[in-house]
Amino acid sequence: MAEQVWINMGPQHPMTHGLWNLRVKLDGDTIVDADPEMGYLHRGVEKLCEVRNYLKPIVLMDRLCYVSSLTWAHVYCKAVENLMDIEPPPRGKYLNVIACELQRMASHGMWLAAFLADLGLLTGFLYSLRERELVLDLLQLMTGQRMNQNYPRPGGVHNDLPPGFEDEVRRVFRYLRRQYKGYKKFLEDSPTFLMRTQGVGVLRKEDAINYGVTGPNLRGSGARVDLRELDPYDVYDELDFEPVVYEEGDTYARYKVRFGEFFESMRIIEQALDRLPQGPFRIKTPKRAEGEGYARTEDPRGEALIYIIGDGSDRPYRVKIRSPIFVTLSALPMMLRGHRIADVASVTGGIDVCVGEIDK
Amino acid sequence: MSGHLVDLFGGSNAIAVFLITIINFILRGIGSLPLFGFLNPLADWLGTEPVVTSIAWLIAITIMITWAAALHLLTFIWLERKLVARLQDRRGPMITLRKDRYIGGTGYLQQIADALKLIQKENITPKAADPWMFHIAPAFLISTTIVVLVALPFSEGFVVANVPAGLLFILAAFSLAPLAILLAGWAQNNKYAMIGGMRAAAMMMSYEIPMILAVIAVVVLAGSLNPIEIVNQQSQLSILAPLAAIGIANWYIIPQFLGFFIFLLAMLAEQERIPFDFPEAEEEVVHGWLVEYGGMRFGMVYGFKWLRTFVAAALVALLFLGGWHGPVLPQEIWFILKIYFVFFIFIWISWSVPRIRIDQILNIGWRKLIPLGLFNIFLAVLVVHANAQGWI
Amino acid sequence: MSFEEQLTQRLPERFPEGIEGAEVVQPRRVEATAKREDLRAICTYLRDEEGFEHVSCISAVDWVTHLENVYHLVSYQHNIMLQLNVQIPSEDPWVDTVSDIWKGALYHEREAYDLMGIQFRDHPDLRRILLPKDFVFHPLRKDYAGE
Repeated sequence: MAEQVWINMGPQHPMTHGLWNLRVKLDGDTIVDADPEMGYLHRGVEKLCEVRNYLKPIVLMDRLCYVSSLTWAHVYCKAVENLMDIEPPPRGKYLNVIACELQRMASHGMWLAAFLADLGLLTGFLYSLRERELVLDLLQLMTGQRMNQNYPRPGGVHNDLPPGFEDEVRRVFRYLRRQYKGYKKFLEDSPTFLMRTQGVGVLRKEDAINYGVTGPNLRGSGARVDLRELDPYDVYDELDFEPVVYEEGDTYARYKVRFGEFFESMRIIEQALDRLPQGPFRIKTPKRAEGEGYARTEDPRGEALIYIIGDGSDRPYRVKIRSPIFVTLSALPMMLRGHRIADVASVTGGIDVCVGEIDK
Repeated sequence: MSGHLVDLFGGSNAIAVFLITIINFILRGIGSLPLFGFLNPLADWLGTEPVVTSIAWLIAITIMITWAAALHLLTFIWLERKLVARLQDRRGPMITLRKDRYIGGTGYLQQIADALKLIQKENITPKAADPWMFHIAPAFLISTTIVVLVALPFSEGFVVANVPAGLLFILAAFSLAPLAILLAGWAQNNKYAMIGGMRAAAMMMSYEIPMILAVIAVVVLAGSLNPIEIVNQQSQLSILAPLAAIGIANWYIIPQFLGFFIFLLAMLAEQERIPFDFPEAEEEVVHGWLVEYGGMRFGMVYGFKWLRTFVAAALVALLFLGGWHGPVLPQEIWFILKIYFVFFIFIWISWSVPRIRIDQILNIGWRKLIPLGLFNIFLAVLVVHANAQGWI
Repeated sequence: MSFEEQLTQRLPERFPEGIEGAEVVQPRRVEATAKREDLRAICTYLRDEEGFEHVSCISAVDWVTHLENVYHLVSYQHNIMLQLNVQIPSEDPWVDTVSDIWKGALYHEREAYDLMGIQFRDHPDLRRILLPKDFVFHPLRKDYAGE
């Protein structure tokens, strides 16, 4: 009878991509239990929002998730719009869609890099970051920043598109489509990659829904849940796209979902550019608001929800952030049980952990 | 077949005789003085054959280690860094000593800079560690690989000791490393190190069997355990004579392609290279069995891995690629070229695949490679028999 | 009649005591107020018979006079979201856990306990989650000044 030991994978562990701690109980090399611990990066964003007027938390939201900052600022702005009961102009909505999808591509690019590095494929890490750089260049062209863009605003976006943006996007996407097809082949033809990902960290559909897992992780378990389709915000109901769904529920299915979303995002952006209406991109918003508002959007990592209460002053009374990975981590012990310690990297890499948004 | 440039033992013997002549001259000069007469028997003893031979051995080993470690070890580290950088669309280390610019050179000095940095670091022993074992383990590790160099020939003359059953000795010494790694993993008293050490031991043991099976097939073909003899066999045209026409004589990679494949995989595992690097997988067990080592102790362990890579590449070249056999160029040059070619294959494989899990690695080792290895021995016997019967 | 409107009728019929003011605020969004004593019964009913299989968020709000828990429940099959407000007196801040009904509530409830000090009865593992274990107050309460 072997002795069972707890080991700390984190907070200073190469697997964790940031500061969190996964305590793992081992029997030999097999995991019998796991317990995620977070809070090392807790900044109290919710409390900080309560002492700022409605515009200023956008900057804080940008820093919520350092991999996908724009989408968080976007969901906050949607919540404020819902609270103030205003409707942004169509061009503003389209620009938000373009920016969010570019951010989704950048975020998935970072995920692919980190995931491959977790599997020990450092070459893939650098390749993926190289391609992500092009998407970041597009974002920079659009918003002026590579990260922490501070771009969405309640009632629209901060600035219009620069001249020549559309041609640049199409040129980059032609290149990216070719590159990502190559990477897909490179990874999916590799038996080693399949050995490490197939059948690892299986999450059944019922469990995934019950544990509150959302986003690509849920779609990898076979549930066709994409808030862009189910609960369309901005102009997603006018665009033609298909949620990527795979049935298996293992790391490989989650990988395929995210990889498919690269191509879907490119389709969405191209359609949005085709249909981009003329007109104003931002309307003025009131300074004070009363009541409650919420917004749910499809973050690159899952369902992002912000619930905001105004008490009639120029500051929000309460801001509540639902971060998707925070909830997904509660399913992690179940996904890990019975696997080898080597699978920890594969599973946590596969669900795309971002500590900034977990710890708030 | 071209000749060899270096006669290592002859050279060291000459150096030893020269040194002892000088020392004896001084000793006898002092010994002729009154009160110092006791030095004369010492000089006589130094001049005897066993002492001269022993000193010649020491000099030969020193030359061999300097050559392998100081020259090829550094080149290997540099080459791996540069080649991997190229694979990954980077430039790799580029420091130079030029005053006007610090980057832009070949970066060969990076290893030396790293070593200098490591030497300056404080030598930390964890409080909970077993200090004696903790300190002895890196030396033990390095010595298992250095011992291999004693019997490893680089040409007919460039060999410290031409042991009759040299291959057996090489494999025996090469297989000692798991013990040292286990020792290192245990002595650190760290859970990650412990897991890493256990993983390393499990993997190396399971991959030594396919490795030895592949070697047995070569020995069957060559009919000898002496490395020099094995290479000479590969340069002759006795087996599979028609293939000699295409210019690679009968390197054992031709009749033994399966064996070559098995041996290459086993060698990748023995070096803990990336598809098999889970004993020190960063994302799983931080740095595995070397997690607590710092400073030059880490440097020794790090150097050990490249020394092992060097020996592994040499063994592949020796057993399957015809050793130093080749036209025109001297033997040593050919052998080094082949070693670097094998090293390039190692790099290429290990930087384009992800890491495999421990149970999958052991499965591959025990369930696939061992049956393949046995089948390969059968093939080798078949070739030898067919050759004896004159079928081919 | 849409599912939302049916739900606003069915809920008060089923729980005449527990549910107040069920109304459709937007397409696909329903709001209601629940009593904390009946919360578990309501949630079990919602999951088993109305198809609310996902708890999206549990937000605790400090209204100074009292605390409030806001449950955002989502039904993927009917594609609607139900906002359930539960009022909790500040002096005795307990509410029944729903984490055995939806496992997804596990961390939300721990967070609400951590930051707002609401005691979830029968929660299997009610520890602090974001703040250190030895933290002494609940920082999102309004009596803790953030400025």
